[in-house]
Amino acid sequence: MFSFIARRIGTILLTMLCLTLVVFFLVNLEPNLKKLAISQTEMHTPADQLESWLVNHGYRQNFFVRYGQWLGVLPKHPITDPATGKTTQRFTFCNDPVQPTFSGVLQGDFGCSTKFKTTVAAKLFPALGATGLLMFWVLAVMVPISLLIGILAGMREGSRTDRVLSVASIASTATPEYVSGVIFTVIFASWLGWLNGSAASASQGITFYNFTLPVITLAIYGIGYIARMTRASMVEVMTQQYIRTARLKGLSFSSVVIKHALRNALIAPFTVIMLQFPWLLTGVVIVEVMFRYQGFGYTLVEAAGNNDIDLLLGCSLVSVFIVLITQLISDVGYAFLNPRIRVQ
Amino acid sequence: MQTEYISAFDVVIGVLWRFWPVWVALILVMGASFTYRRRLGLYGQLFDSGVGIAGVFICLFWLFTAVFASTISPFDPLAQIPVMKDTLPGAIEPASKLVYYFGGDKLARDVFSRMVYGSQIVLIIAPAATGFALMVGITLGLPAGYYGGKIDTVLSFLANLVLAFPVILLFYLLVTPGIMDTPIPYAMAGLFFLFPIVFFCVLFWTRYKNRPDRLYILLGITLVLGGWIYAGLVFDKDPLKIVHIDPNQLNIFVAVVFASSPGVFRIVRGLTMDIKTRDYVAAAQTRGESPWYIMLWEILPNARGPLIVDACLRIGYTTILLGTLGYFGLGLAPESPDWGTAIKDASRLLRSFIHPALPPTIALMSFVLGLNLLADSLREQSMKD
Repeated sequence: MFSFIARRIGTILLTMLCLTLVVFFLVNLEPNLKKLAISQTEMHTPADQLESWLVNHGYRQNFFVRYGQWLGVLPKHPITDPATGKTTQRFTFCNDPVQPTFSGVLQGDFGCSTKFKTTVAAKLFPALGATGLLMFWVLAVMVPISLLIGILAGMREGSRTDRVLSVASIASTATPEYVSGVIFTVIFASWLGWLNGSAASASQGITFYNFTLPVITLAIYGIGYIARMTRASMVEVMTQQYIRTARLKGLSFSSVVIKHALRNALIAPFTVIMLQFPWLLTGVVIVEVMFRYQGFGYTLVEAAGNNDIDLLLGCSLVSVFIVLITQLISDVGYAFLNPRIRVQ
Repeated sequence: MQTEYISAFDVVIGVLWRFWPVWVALILVMGASFTYRRRLGLYGQLFDSGVGIAGVFICLFWLFTAVFASTISPFDPLAQIPVMKDTLPGAIEPASKLVYYFGGDKLARDVFSRMVYGSQIVLIIAPAATGFALMVGITLGLPAGYYGGKIDTVLSFLANLVLAFPVILLFYLLVTPGIMDTPIPYAMAGLFFLFPIVFFCVLFWTRYKNRPDRLYILLGITLVLGGWIYAGLVFDKDPLKIVHIDPNQLNIFVAVVFASSPGVFRIVRGLTMDIKTRDYVAAAQTRGESPWYIMLWEILPNARGPLIVDACLRIGYTTILLGTLGYFGLGLAPESPDWGTAIKDASRLLRSFIHPALPPTIALMSFVLGLNLLADSLREQSMKD
């Protein structure tokens, strides 16, 4: 078990290395660098000055050297004036060093956000906190509802409840966030006026009024999927011999479901919930943009739209880490919950 | 000048009337399918359950809408008629006396016509991209599952690498205007579009290698047709000028194929690992069949059930992805009538007008719902066997 986890963590680190290299390559394509230089300099700057801005800020060094600097295995150099030999900070707004230093991800320095004029850490971590709050409420809504739907539907396969709930969950998986978001906003904000169609004020403090719409919009897409998996698992458990035994020895249907079936039926949904995180990440981006909530997704879109290299790398590192770590948790947790499965 | 409106009832009747070619086609196809459902195999079995009929109905509805789009829609989806700006549903256009059934949007275009034309974009790109993703996933997943070992490790690592990317980040990196100046989209297109050609060549080669009369004809057809489409799509150098794709659309297409083929790969790999332990595979091995013959002619046909179900779900998922791209304004032209772009434009103005937002959202939702119902019913039918 221990060597399994160690091996998996090794794979995760290798995957993160490869992925950041790919992202690094894509954000450093020539058109993207041009776009960055144009957005960082005054309007109508001639082409040679754009070029010198790129050279000065170190964007013209060798690709692998710069990746090494970002990673922290090669030293970062400040801007050196060729005439005087005087060194200045690359980006004054985030305290870049004036001496060449090793300062990359490995040292805990995520770099400098050119869009928000601050360090990536100062921008990214509060945003992650905000998104964590959103995720907490989404899971708090999504998990109980979807498990309940799945259990009710799977309890008696083929009954009317089962059919109605199954079609409802299929409908919910057919509703992406940007569709349900629009429909909910129309119903609850424009028409009934009960809820706020924007969550911009939620950064100051969340209330039922400004936070419900993003939460239910994000939850609805996942509910159907988890409910269907729970139903499938429940249906399978209900056909097992031990359920029939329990029923035949005279236990009531409800106590068979609650005491015997539930425990075994909930193992599979655990994995599914964990594997929902990658989807939730995409959903978070849509919902945060739609409801103007300043979280991780909003930061990612801003970073990508402005080709903010370091911030985008930070975002991809975080999201890839979340995806891989939830996969690991789901595998380990599955083995832990189901003693019949042994991890080789 | 005061815009004249027709009543809500007339709007409903008018919309139903505009769809008349779709109803005619639907009645013909559904009626024929229902009558001969016993002879139609898996497709015919769909008509045994209400869910299946609903799925087929919705999918065919949108298919025929896309086919007859120019007859159904009263206006050009890009035409702007200034007096009709932000008009409510049922407004009568003064010059032609035709009706803006679902009102006008902020650029004074007919929301109804845009919704109808939007179906064309979705119904071309989503199934085609899914088809290519299936080809790529199958061609790579079969050897990974069959041989195992190093090939499997490398390919699985690459697939997990792509799957670990949040889709939206991938799209922001791959579908930017700047990337069109680099050779990356063309290189990826060149790689992905090669897979179907390779797939069919190997398919025919393994089956007919001892019957040259058939083999050369089939290989010839594959290479000529494949090469023709390949030249048209990747290099935009179709000698007959028939196959042509917009660079923007090529970029979207490639990104969508890239994002969804690892999923197919994983499914095919899992199925192959399961099926290769069966007796008929062992029998084929004993007969001395080549590995690729076993993969393509023994394993693949037996994996078709789950793959068809997955393909249905995947077309729906690709539709959602296209909507996401439209919603973030990536790739597609800003005035394009596709549903995602329409939702983006309308959702910014929800405070003042809600009517431009609803038709594209409901269209997208119903189409994906239809595909999901179809997949669900297919799964149930294939489990019965």
